[in-house]
Amino acid sequence: MLGRTLREVSAALKQGQVTPTELCKKCLSIIKKTKYLNAYITVSEEVALKQAEESEKRHKQGQPLGDLDGIPVAVKDNFSTSGIETTCASNMLKGYIPPYNATVVQKLLDQGALLMGKTNLDEFAMGSGSTDGVFGPVKNPWSYSKQYRERQRHDEHGDSHWLITGGSSGGSAAAVAAYTCFAALGSDTGGSTRNPAAHCGLVGFKPSYGLVSRHGLIPLVNSMDVPGIFTRCVDDTAVVLGVLAGHDPKDSTTVQDPIKLPMILGEMDVSRLCIGIPKEYLVPELSSEIRSLWSQAADLFESEGAKVIEVSLPHTCYSIVCYHVLCTSEVASNMARFDGLQYGHRSGIDVSTEAMYAATRQEGFSDVVRGRILSGNFFLLKENYENYFVKAQKVRRLIVRDFMNAFDSGVDVLLTPTTLSEAVPYLEFIKEDNRTRSAQDDIFTQAVNMAGLPAVSVPVALSNQGLPIGLQFIGRAFCDQQLLTVAKWFEKQVQFPTIQLQDLMDDGSLVLENGKLTSVSLT
Amino acid sequence: MEGELSGVLNRRCVEAAVMTGLALNCHINKKSLFDRKHYFYSDLPAGYQITQQRLPIAANGHLTYSVYMGKKRSQMTTKTVRIKQIQLEQDSGKSLHDDLRSQTLIDLNRAGVGLLEVVLEPDLCCGEEAAIAVRELQMILQALGTSQANMAEGQLRVDANVSVHHPGEPLGVRTEVKNLNSLRFLAKAIDYEIQRQITELENGGEILNETRSFDYKLGCTVSMRDKEGKQDYRFMPEPNLPPLVLYDATSLPADADSQQVVNIDQLRDMLPELPSATRERLVQQYGILPEHSFTLLNEVGLLEFFQSVIKETRAEPKRVINWVLNTLLYYLKQQNLAVSESPVTPAALAELLDLLDSKAISSSAAKQVFEELWKGEGKTAAQIVTEQQLELMQDREALEQLCQAAIDGHPQVVMDVKNRNPKAINKLIGLVRRTSLSRADPTLIKEILERKLSL
Repeated sequence: MLGRTLREVSAALKQGQVTPTELCKKCLSIIKKTKYLNAYITVSEEVALKQAEESEKRHKQGQPLGDLDGIPVAVKDNFSTSGIETTCASNMLKGYIPPYNATVVQKLLDQGALLMGKTNLDEFAMGSGSTDGVFGPVKNPWSYSKQYRERQRHDEHGDSHWLITGGSSGGSAAAVAAYTCFAALGSDTGGSTRNPAAHCGLVGFKPSYGLVSRHGLIPLVNSMDVPGIFTRCVDDTAVVLGVLAGHDPKDSTTVQDPIKLPMILGEMDVSRLCIGIPKEYLVPELSSEIRSLWSQAADLFESEGAKVIEVSLPHTCYSIVCYHVLCTSEVASNMARFDGLQYGHRSGIDVSTEAMYAATRQEGFSDVVRGRILSGNFFLLKENYENYFVKAQKVRRLIVRDFMNAFDSGVDVLLTPTTLSEAVPYLEFIKEDNRTRSAQDDIFTQAVNMAGLPAVSVPVALSNQGLPIGLQFIGRAFCDQQLLTVAKWFEKQVQFPTIQLQDLMDDGSLVLENGKLTSVSLT
Repeated sequence: MEGELSGVLNRRCVEAAVMTGLALNCHINKKSLFDRKHYFYSDLPAGYQITQQRLPIAANGHLTYSVYMGKKRSQMTTKTVRIKQIQLEQDSGKSLHDDLRSQTLIDLNRAGVGLLEVVLEPDLCCGEEAAIAVRELQMILQALGTSQANMAEGQLRVDANVSVHHPGEPLGVRTEVKNLNSLRFLAKAIDYEIQRQITELENGGEILNETRSFDYKLGCTVSMRDKEGKQDYRFMPEPNLPPLVLYDATSLPADADSQQVVNIDQLRDMLPELPSATRERLVQQYGILPEHSFTLLNEVGLLEFFQSVIKETRAEPKRVINWVLNTLLYYLKQQNLAVSESPVTPAALAELLDLLDSKAISSSAAKQVFEELWKGEGKTAAQIVTEQQLELMQDREALEQLCQAAIDGHPQVVMDVKNRNPKAINKLIGLVRRTSLSRADPTLIKEILERKLSL
């Protein structure tokens, strides 16, 4: 059952071939077995089992709520969940229990999804490795895959060379990749869903800005954040997006229902497609393997009759700097509310309000967060505002225009790499600091956030090391359905292999035949 | 709370802002923007306040008010204060400082609630003017329904920026005075601060650009010494609120949903009668003087009281206004009561005026009745008249007899009258009144006496 698509499992539930409780218990046991991945900060076992019980009642009465009823899901720990601790992997919010659900969480629950838990991340979603949270780093399940291990010369039982998941939504990625749930919510501000999706062999989707509500998503950069979706196949993403998309009166930045729901991805005539390849994305740092796969993908479309053309996004080279100025400025603003006064961590120092604030924020925030706050405040000072913030906004507009021009020239979808390389070992990743890594790793993804466009990373093939590589498709604003349709077609062509997770195979949870998942035991 | 996006715009707030802008003759900006103003303070949970610093919803208006001067306050001058802008903002919470326990208590109930800030240009010259201008603003806001604008309840908060300069020179350094919770204290604080600044400058000192609090017990302003020097609020556009777009009849899209858009012209048509128009109308409608009209509006509830009396009495408006302003208001002021606390109801006063109008009682009797009514013992005017036997004599013949008796009984006075002693007739009238137990109309007595004495 675990290897099936969401719709298949949903059908099985409706037909009684499996019950929500069985599914739930299976996922909970896998969570326990894969605890070493550190994907979850909170496992909401009791909640999930209760939800499973209720889902079961509905199924017995023949009244399931929809395709997500009884389906285990996980949520990144920067989404508010009522009654369940929400920490953002920070000391600042340790012990914080929100009194309400984020809109997207509520929508999942209203459809009967089972909440398995809150997943790990970089502190306050700042980072590209999921290594900088107070609960420790997340390990990429592929570190323990047969595909990777058999190609390593290291001691198979040693653990010091485990790989990062990418970030900042690494916990959600690991949760889905390790079969602990069928879908997970992440967030995407500069690539935080697409990056770990690529490193973990998953579909990582970033919707158009304004399509999905941000109410309840603890904000990083209000003008760029979106909730992201992790699944094992494109069709599953469409199912989830169909539930999440839509105007929310609590979020003034959501648009009034611009797309048709539910989302059903039909067949696509590739010969009528025009794919754009941005030439500025061909950078020297790009690994030769990914460059090759990118090229092969372009050839694939062309061989099926699509028009594949080179386009130019001339302001690409300014994008990352511009992103940093705007990102840190908004971060400085959004983090101002953490003063320890009403919720979260409060320092014991109470000599004066100011002293308490300073100590609370020193104790509650990591260096990474504090660094961004200080930078952001610098850019927002009266004397700097014009030269940095306003200038960055102007450059942002140029970057948006670059994309518009590319689409206006007849391009339907852009095809780019998602990451510079496959997942790297943790020990190597930490050789550079968070800021450096973010600047490097966001290179293909952050311009999309600045333009508010939809984008999706689709797993393509394994590298020579046996690790996943993903490619990114970028679509026009609010053309999410078309984008996913292209991605679905592509996914079918490439037939990305299933992860052969030692633990799950050893106990018979996953049974593979020719690299494909055939059956799953639920005991 | 965590994850909550800063403010979804409240339609009613926008409408209130537009109507206030229109009433204050402002230009309404069809597009206005929201910003975050950052500072750390315990009553500001987000660490920033949403405001409209770059482009507010309305600007460049004016407020006209009347100042009554002279002994009888009958000389009226019209003055104007320019409105710089009107902006929508979020409220912060409230801080209550407990110096005894060195702690501060924060009440967040009002945090995030929509506020309207009206910024006036420095055209006001003294405390009294400021109080009158603010009072006029209060009345406008109440007429619009924008706010109850009660200062004591914090519905209208006023901060005064005060500076002094020699004529012809540029404006001096200003201080901001806060903690003004009544018009009276507003005026007092401003006048104190003006004097303080003048004294300071004349002594060779300088004025600091600071915030001061008005200590109403001591009647002076006190420095609220902030540790920071100049605050940099690090203004940034509010990313969660798109630009506020307003429409008018010309720019309204054909398919616009009236629930979703705010139409300036539609709101303009819905503007109620503003105080200045009301005052004019009252003068026309009731034939009262402008200063009467001014007072009627200025005292809370007085207009309603007046209009209730008018409705229930046959007496002429001129007489009613006389009694309302000179008697009722006088009594209220003596005991520091609001109109709503008046022991004399409009119905009671109306009844009294009817008695007076039908000449059932004399003016002086009426005053007596009023005083009795004021005691609030539940008796009606008619009851009091009966109890105290204050009815005017209706029997003409009996009065003639009393007059004759007075004439007959006081030949010396009659002699004085005939000798054209002006005071003598009053003495005679007084005598008749006494015998009539004050139940005769003095005017009638005079008429009868004069006829009898062939004057």
